[in-house]
Amino acid sequence: MREITFVESLRMTLKEEMQNDPSLMLIGEDIGRYGGIFGVTKGLLEEFGPHRVRSTPISESAIIGSALGAAMTGIRTVAEIMYVDFTTCAMDQIVNQVAKMRYMSGGKAKIPLVIRTQGGGGRGNAAQHSQSLEALFLHIPGLKIVMPSTPYDARGLLKTAIRDDNPVMFIEHKLLYATKGHIPNGEYLIPFGQADIKRKGKDVTVIAISYMVLKALRAAEQLAKKGIDVEVIDLRTLLPLDLESLLQSIHKTNRAVIVHEGCRRGGIGAEIASNIMEEAFDFLDAPVQRVGTLDVPIPYSEPLEKAVIPDEEDIMTAVKKVLYWK
Amino acid sequence: MKIDKEKYFWIYTKMLTQRMLEEKILELIPTGKLTGHFHLGIGEEATFIGACAALEEKDYLMPTHRGLGCVIGKGIPLKKIMADIYGKATGTTKGKGGVLRICDAQLGVLGLSGTLGGIFPIAMGAALSSKLLKEGRVTLAIFGDGQSNRGTFHEALNLASVWKLPIVYLCENNYFAISTSQSRVMRIKNIADRAKGYGIPGRVVDGNDALAVYEMTLEAVNRARAGKGPTLIEAKTYRWRPHFEGEGASYRDPKEVEIWKKRCPIHRLRKKLIDLKLLNPSQDKKIKGKIAEEIAEEIDEAVRYAEESPMPRPEDALEDLFFPSATE
Repeated sequence: MREITFVESLRMTLKEEMQNDPSLMLIGEDIGRYGGIFGVTKGLLEEFGPHRVRSTPISESAIIGSALGAAMTGIRTVAEIMYVDFTTCAMDQIVNQVAKMRYMSGGKAKIPLVIRTQGGGGRGNAAQHSQSLEALFLHIPGLKIVMPSTPYDARGLLKTAIRDDNPVMFIEHKLLYATKGHIPNGEYLIPFGQADIKRKGKDVTVIAISYMVLKALRAAEQLAKKGIDVEVIDLRTLLPLDLESLLQSIHKTNRAVIVHEGCRRGGIGAEIASNIMEEAFDFLDAPVQRVGTLDVPIPYSEPLEKAVIPDEEDIMTAVKKVLYWK
Repeated sequence: MKIDKEKYFWIYTKMLTQRMLEEKILELIPTGKLTGHFHLGIGEEATFIGACAALEEKDYLMPTHRGLGCVIGKGIPLKKIMADIYGKATGTTKGKGGVLRICDAQLGVLGLSGTLGGIFPIAMGAALSSKLLKEGRVTLAIFGDGQSNRGTFHEALNLASVWKLPIVYLCENNYFAISTSQSRVMRIKNIADRAKGYGIPGRVVDGNDALAVYEMTLEAVNRARAGKGPTLIEAKTYRWRPHFEGEGASYRDPKEVEIWKKRCPIHRLRKKLIDLKLLNPSQDKKIKGKIAEEIAEEIDEAVRYAEESPMPRPEDALEDLFFPSATE
């Protein structure tokens, strides 16, 4: 075991996969000598050369489109979109091309393509560099969605994503890059569709994803002091969704809170709550609560940003609500 | 240019095939047996077939939405095409993609984009993989004048040029994007002029002259295969039919349509073959009759195949979304 940062975990994984698969190509803005704005691809150009670490102009449609064209003709590809906000510049490619290529070809096309990007607020980057857009992609059949919360998960899930023969949206969170965690020395893969219980508890099930897992864990620590035993489940992948693990936990706790950083309205919480209602209605002792960002663009100024993005306090309030705690 | 009798007759036959297949579709539409809507390329055969004639089997093709001629030209069997038109399980997309998505990995037909302009970067990616894998495959992307106004045109042509990719972008300029004439939305006369902005060759060709289209495309394909990068070709032609069947095409002067009908690319090629003494005028009728007869038979067989083929089962709608992964 050794301790590394989230960024180091991603970089090491990309490097290993490029060593394993000589056709694997990276493509994106400023990923070459510069190493990506968060340094994830630092050093890879020097090791693998400009053919395999391909820096592009500011052309998101061309990044995704060419990655798709290359992937479907034999080049396994990891395309990087610098901010998830910028995926909107390539939405035709992602929604109409990448997600539909295999289906519309009657199952003929194989698309070994990972779209790596990062989202989330908390750095004063304002509304066009802070969004959490996973719900948009969840609504489009044909995309797998991965959102890791730890260096360990990032490594195991990125390996699985790269080796998958389907398009995968791999969405990181900008506040996670500097976080640290332990990873084993040997190789491991984490299958998609396996949620992870990050904290065992018996009173309330808190379902979270990406950076919100860390906030949920901190909220759980606070609540523990008040005698509330929270189970925190990290979804890790939104699609496939590990509903089974959620239901097992709810059968035990009879209460559920869903926490995500995307806007609450039309967010992933609505989808998950609906699934829980359909499958575990008789087990619930309280309505499922959703904690998400308030329905405004993410503001720039710190107090404003803090006011709209959920924090530990918001999670605690929701947990108390499902416990009818006064 | 060396006269290639076999190739010229191939072009002639495929042009007639496109014409006759699309006329068959016109016959079939009123029967109500076909779903979907049809963008026919009657009158534009020289552009589609002439361009495809320059490709090898291994080369990639991404056609336009008016691209039945392209997929015929790339060699997809008529019965497969007809099954796609009928939405049958035996079509190339098993009823999933429709007539606009006809594809065949073996023949390098990657399908087209229903959202126009989508193919520019995807085709560029196929060219990139050919370059990286050193396969010597060239990609031909065919698109209309309207599509050239999408932003993807700029992003993809710029990068194709920067990376010197083996790709030919061929604009089928039929002067109208549905109802919008080129002159109303572009200050330039030749779309090929845009090539200058990307530092690549831009060439204009008479899109109703099949041999000229073939020769110019071949030159660009050879250039691409030799590692010299992309070319933008603009073939000027005209669609005789409306944008899609059932649409009134009220925006065009009927006289203009008549003028273009007099420039029929198939008649023109026949005359050319006679001029080149490849076709004897006294035998012309007989030969055309024989070729046409064989094509008609093939089309009838394709229609029969499509009609007798099974529809996809409703439960098949849930298949083919994801490739079964080894890691799950």
